[in-house]
Amino acid sequence: MTETPLLVVEDLHVEFTTPKGLVEAVRGVGFTLGREKLGIVGESGSGKSVTGRSILRLVQPPGRVRAKRLEFGGRDLLGMPESELRRIRGRRISMVMQDPKFSLNPVMTVGQQITEAYRVHAQVDRREAVRRALEMLKAVRIRDPERVYHAYPHELSGGMGQRVMIAMMLIPEPDVLIADEPTSALDVTVQLQVLAILDDLVTERGMGLMFISHDLNLVASFCDRVLIMYAGRIMEICDARRLDEARHPYTRGLLNCLPQIDAAGGADLPVLTRDPAWQEQGL
Amino acid sequence: MASEAALPESRLQNLRSWLLSDSPESVFHARCQRFYLGWVAFRANPIAMIGLLIIVGLVVAAAIAPLLTGGDGTEQFLSDRLLPPSAQHWFGTDELGRDIYDRIVWGTRVTLYIVGLVGTLVVPIGLVIGTVAGYVGGWVDNVLMRFTDIFLAFPRLILALAFVSALGPGIENAVLAIALTTWSPYARLARAETITIRNSEYIMAARLQGASGLRILYGHIMPLCISSVIIRLTLDMAGIILTAAGLGFLGLGAQPPLPEWGAMISTGRQFLLDQWWVATVPGIAIFVVSLGFNLLGDGLRDVLDPKSGGAA
Amino acid sequence: MAERLVSTTAAGTGPGSSPHPFVARAANLAFTLALTFIGLTAITFVIGRVMPADPVLAIVGDRAPKDVYDATWRQLGLDKPLIQQYWIYLTRILHGEFGKSIMTTRPVLDDLIRFFPATFELASIATLAGVFIGVPMGVVAAVRQGRLTDHVVRILGLIGYSVPIFWLGLVSLLVFYAWLGWLPGPGRIEVYYDGIVEPTTGFILIDSAMQAEWEIFHNALSHLVLPAAMLTTYALAYIARMTRSFMLDQLNQEYVVTARVKGLSETRVIWRHAFRNVLIQLITIIGLTYASLLEGSVLTETVFAWPGIGQYITNSLFNADMNAVVGGTVVVGICFVGINMLSDALYRFVDPRAR
Repeated sequence: MTETPLLVVEDLHVEFTTPKGLVEAVRGVGFTLGREKLGIVGESGSGKSVTGRSILRLVQPPGRVRAKRLEFGGRDLLGMPESELRRIRGRRISMVMQDPKFSLNPVMTVGQQITEAYRVHAQVDRREAVRRALEMLKAVRIRDPERVYHAYPHELSGGMGQRVMIAMMLIPEPDVLIADEPTSALDVTVQLQVLAILDDLVTERGMGLMFISHDLNLVASFCDRVLIMYAGRIMEICDARRLDEARHPYTRGLLNCLPQIDAAGGADLPVLTRDPAWQEQGL
Repeated sequence: MASEAALPESRLQNLRSWLLSDSPESVFHARCQRFYLGWVAFRANPIAMIGLLIIVGLVVAAAIAPLLTGGDGTEQFLSDRLLPPSAQHWFGTDELGRDIYDRIVWGTRVTLYIVGLVGTLVVPIGLVIGTVAGYVGGWVDNVLMRFTDIFLAFPRLILALAFVSALGPGIENAVLAIALTTWSPYARLARAETITIRNSEYIMAARLQGASGLRILYGHIMPLCISSVIIRLTLDMAGIILTAAGLGFLGLGAQPPLPEWGAMISTGRQFLLDQWWVATVPGIAIFVVSLGFNLLGDGLRDVLDPKSGGAA
Repeated sequence: MAERLVSTTAAGTGPGSSPHPFVARAANLAFTLALTFIGLTAITFVIGRVMPADPVLAIVGDRAPKDVYDATWRQLGLDKPLIQQYWIYLTRILHGEFGKSIMTTRPVLDDLIRFFPATFELASIATLAGVFIGVPMGVVAAVRQGRLTDHVVRILGLIGYSVPIFWLGLVSLLVFYAWLGWLPGPGRIEVYYDGIVEPTTGFILIDSAMQAEWEIFHNALSHLVLPAAMLTTYALAYIARMTRSFMLDQLNQEYVVTARVKGLSETRVIWRHAFRNVLIQLITIIGLTYASLLEGSVLTETVFAWPGIGQYITNSLFNADMNAVVGGTVVVGICFVGINMLSDALYRFVDPRAR
């Protein structure tokens, strides 16, 4: 991967002021993203979701974002004016959220929401937008695009809703997709289907994918590189294929916790012991 | 010397860290923590604190009324009718020469009486009906909820008017009328809470231990519903006061010579143009108390459900 | 403020063949309506016939001659069992027979028809004003949560919500009529204009405009300002508060984040996405406001000598005219219940999730 990275993050900090004091969700995170699949893995509270959202400046007050560098294609994302950022949102960088039950507008039809996503960035008439929307619905392997187009989000199953979400977010043809736990709300069987769709679309368009999840196995099998986060810091970055060579004790601990189907004997699963030193040091 | 001065400070610090620790050690500890955190959030809200101050002021004024006033506001001095506010009579006198300031202060007792009476009627009725409906379910639930729905849809003031017109004016009748039209939402609330709780595991455990339905209701479910009902009551308090004042204004609430603020406005109405203070001052009192309850209620809601940012 | 009449005891969903959901829901609604009507009339029956010491006296007054007394006695069927009396009462009401008023010696129903438009006029204008001012206020306050605008709106809302309307009416009369002379005093219209305009709709504003009596129109309008302003204060406070609360809820939802991610402008996110979800809930709020204003106008009408139903009921009350009081209560009660149910039904109709 010798071309310039799409996304550069350096020393990202996100903090929230709460009644209990200042909470630092992200403490000095840095990485790059090219036209590859980058997985970000961590437990709840590790700061992985916040990292994803801060890239598109979606963190609302009382949260505060600061970074040494937060650049997309060389352009500074943190400093740019709102109007410019809006041209990047959706058009260059997009995001798929966890649960379509909540991330889709309940009082608008699916079709209305998808065409809206398209017409924000493209000056086309309605008919063209509808045509494109139906095309997109087919691309995410929805068998009856006409019916789904006129349906309301609550009428769709979880898997279908998530596919609609993907269609909606990919219709403006962005370069980078941030997927924030895209399969966590789905049944296991549906998870694989949706992942396959995501994989195909991202690969054929040559996009960069940031896949945020708590499922280490899933990320390892799906992504090119894996980033392990804990307590707002990065513990380790490594190739997905070489995950079992990981060196950081936290990563090793996580790997050891994963049940193996062919494990020897009746040994208990080890419990991860947290070293308080990890709170202080990251990459 | 130095160690003595350090002692109380460290004790305070100990208390604070005990209250803020992340892992409570007992039920009592957890409760204290919740209360303290709620109190901190509440205290940070200046609006809510003002409300609390007003209500505390109301209760204190009612309690020590004899200490704050000259007479009890019912003595008539017909030679001193309709005097404007002065050093002697801070709010002036009314058409029967009674000191208005005195009547306002003693009126706090009337207000508290009305509010307290409505509360003691409404909360038990709502709780009982709601919890029974929610716990027993089935046709009992259906019947009770239909019954509740009927009262839910009644216009409060008009019904109170009709009620009082049949029974005759008087503070107890007014209270009864208000209570009749106010209890429904509490039954609804209690029922909703009961339904949420009734299938939880500790209720099942209690049942396995042989607790009868009644015991479960009184011992477990009702205490849990009480807090939300009381909070709802605080929020409704202002409306109850305004309705009671409205009834008083129409002459249907507390009867003379009781210093009820609504009735005072009504009698002062005839002199509005020239002696405006007789009707105006009691209204300010009603406004302040009503505002106090609203502020308090808002603050409570902010503390308990911060995301909503203070709803109605 | 009244509660929304949400029937949580909705039609049970059983397995196997069940009637079409819309029919089932309509039937459920009709049943609840009927039940509420019966409940309302039962209570007014108790108030009118059972509570007074001598119900006949309450109806005919204490100066009625003996034959009128006896006739009414027979008419009420007071020797019959209570349930039968109630049945007579109920059937009479369904025919619109509320008896005669002592005060006006006309049938109560006629009186009510005569006085209703004035109340209706007030409540309608106040609700409209409350909506058109209150809703934007609430939205702006929610969007700028925590900032000055938000605090101002919240405080104004709290004040409007806590102030006793009848007192505010008196004070505003004092200031704007007595001291400043900007607005006319109590009453719906100046005495010498009364009766000039033909009451086709009963709404002076509409009637005078239709007949091009512009002087009367202007006079009526200036009389409307203060009482409508009083009711608007309350409506506005309530609507702004609820709108703000609903908006805050919606602005915290994930789909709002989705809308921003798509690159939509903040204005579009607020109005086309968040507000659209609020609109549905506002239907119920507006219905509740209207119903509340109908009954709240009782006090305003007393202060401003506004010839509406509220004043009719209170005057009848002071004259111990039970027929009129009960009749008025039933009619207002029915309107109240009806509006609540209508807004509830409308809500379910408009919300795609409820269909």
